[in-house]
Amino acid sequence: MITVYHYMTVAAILFAMGTYGVLTRRNAIVIFMCIELMLNSVNLTFIALSSHLQNMDGQVFVLFVMAVAAAEAGVGLALMIAFYRNRDSIDVDDINLMKL
Amino acid sequence: MTPEMLSLSNSPGLFVGIMLVKILVVFGVTMLIVAYATWCERKVIGHMQTRLGPMRTGWHGLLQPIADGIKLFFKEDLIPSESTKVPFLLAPMMILVPALITVAVIPFGPDISVGGFLIPQQITDLNIGVLYILAFAGLGIYGIVLAGWASNSKYSLLGGVRASAQMISYELAAGVSIIAIFMLSETLSLREIVFLQQQDLWGVCSFVPNWYVFTQPLAFCLFIITGLAEINRTPFDMPEAESELVSGFCTEYSSMKYALFFMAEYANMIVIAAIAATLFLGGWSAPLNIGIFTMIPGFVWLLLKIFSMMFFFMWLRATFPRVRYDQLMRLGWKVLLPLALANVVITGLVVVIF
Amino acid sequence: MELIFFYLIAIVAVASGFLVIRCQSPVNSALGLVNTFFCLAIFYVMLHAPFMAAIQIMVYAGAIMVLIIFVIMLLNLGTEARKRYTTGVVWSAIASLLVLFNVMYFIKRGRVTGAEGDITSYTVESVGHVELIGKALFTEYLLPFEIASILLLVAIVGAVVLAKKEV
Repeated sequence: MITVYHYMTVAAILFAMGTYGVLTRRNAIVIFMCIELMLNSVNLTFIALSSHLQNMDGQVFVLFVMAVAAAEAGVGLALMIAFYRNRDSIDVDDINLMKL
Repeated sequence: MTPEMLSLSNSPGLFVGIMLVKILVVFGVTMLIVAYATWCERKVIGHMQTRLGPMRTGWHGLLQPIADGIKLFFKEDLIPSESTKVPFLLAPMMILVPALITVAVIPFGPDISVGGFLIPQQITDLNIGVLYILAFAGLGIYGIVLAGWASNSKYSLLGGVRASAQMISYELAAGVSIIAIFMLSETLSLREIVFLQQQDLWGVCSFVPNWYVFTQPLAFCLFIITGLAEINRTPFDMPEAESELVSGFCTEYSSMKYALFFMAEYANMIVIAAIAATLFLGGWSAPLNIGIFTMIPGFVWLLLKIFSMMFFFMWLRATFPRVRYDQLMRLGWKVLLPLALANVVITGLVVVIF
Repeated sequence: MELIFFYLIAIVAVASGFLVIRCQSPVNSALGLVNTFFCLAIFYVMLHAPFMAAIQIMVYAGAIMVLIIFVIMLLNLGTEARKRYTTGVVWSAIASLLVLFNVMYFIKRGRVTGAEGDITSYTVESVGHVELIGKALFTEYLLPFEIASILLLVAIVGAVVLAKKEV
């Protein structure tokens, strides 16, 4: 019997992996993908709990998370293209113009 | 005793057996159509250009697809040394699989009763059938993009970049043009949509069925155009433009892998034709509600509709030149998408008023 | 049977998540992420949320990831050079393990309460998942829905302004 804890454990593992990726990778696009991974693990907990509690609220929230993720993808990738045009790299270590 | 709908719970053994038979039949028929679509295309375009097309193998070249298959099968399978190996091998499969998966929700006939059970003539009826089709139609792109990227050649990469931009732009218009259908049908299940199209036209004309092409002609045209763009057929075959990019994303492929790309192109054509036939042309139902037409089994009508759509696609290929890249983008974003949105708004108004 | 299937999908999901964070080439990472999205879509189907599964594949795998792969190919990014300081890796590994333990602790300690609504898998089957979502979205959550559409509009304008060469 699959309980809600199974799904939440998988989501927790994916979330921790996403955190590790965000902290260690230097390529901005890969960091972006790791953030998507974390968002998705949160979506999984939302849907697992929503089906456990037998109401629709969690699933409607997932729709909003997806809308935010889509907006984030559009703006984030546009930022990366603009940055690449200026500095010829999308390494996060090169984003240091504001440093003293 | 009224027959019961066959499901996994009331007769597991029979259900699994019938399911396997249905999958095998649909897969076999699709593959057969794919093989002979290549022959048909060469013949049709040949005759349109006052040539004969293939004539040597068999009667009027009828054995040509088999000969081509054997030839491709025995060719040397080259893998470029500079390519990225795993994506290079995966790409041809990733383009063919979404096309074949989509066929699973196309209904091809009314329910038949066998041994006290009702068996639907459809591999599976999903509550979200149309969304399923839209979701998997958007995945064919990965094969093309990966093939373009993994080949590590400039023509392939250009083909892949073009393909991804084209797919993102046209998927949107295709999806929005289908929304108008949901607003009329109020269901996403393809089975229900086909049943709804068997009623009388606008409730008045008793022998003409209520096909959505009559109520939504604009959506039908938009879907055909965007569908052609999504499966990269002429006049939108930018990703593999032979005269500009050699062969685009499949430049570096050879032997059976190239054959898979070729099969995927025709399988995609069948899928788009089948979806258009199901959503707009009444699926497996007869074109007129007359006794002699309704006697003919449903799959014959569905195949007839698919074949005529495919003939139309071949005709377009023989007629139109390829559009330029900027024209393609302008058409997608500035013409098709606003038209599709306007169609949704007008349909909504009409549905609310009537 | 169902449990074996669950573990299979979970292992594939975690393994492809591992590919996302370890692969040298961004395209391979992207492929791993697509695979994870598919596994999550399968979970959604198992949780009686077929509409969310279709939307997951359509939005994430069909749109967002294609966009990301398009940008990777447009910028023609190669593999990243390995010159990462090891202390950083160690500290981030510790941080992410801490996150994992924290979350697991809360999951183990907390008890989920019983059912709050009346939407069982049977209602989803008979009424239809799309209808249920649509009803919730256009009655109870109408204002957030409109705000989400404004957010998307702002994002479109922002993306165009940012990516344009000269405004």
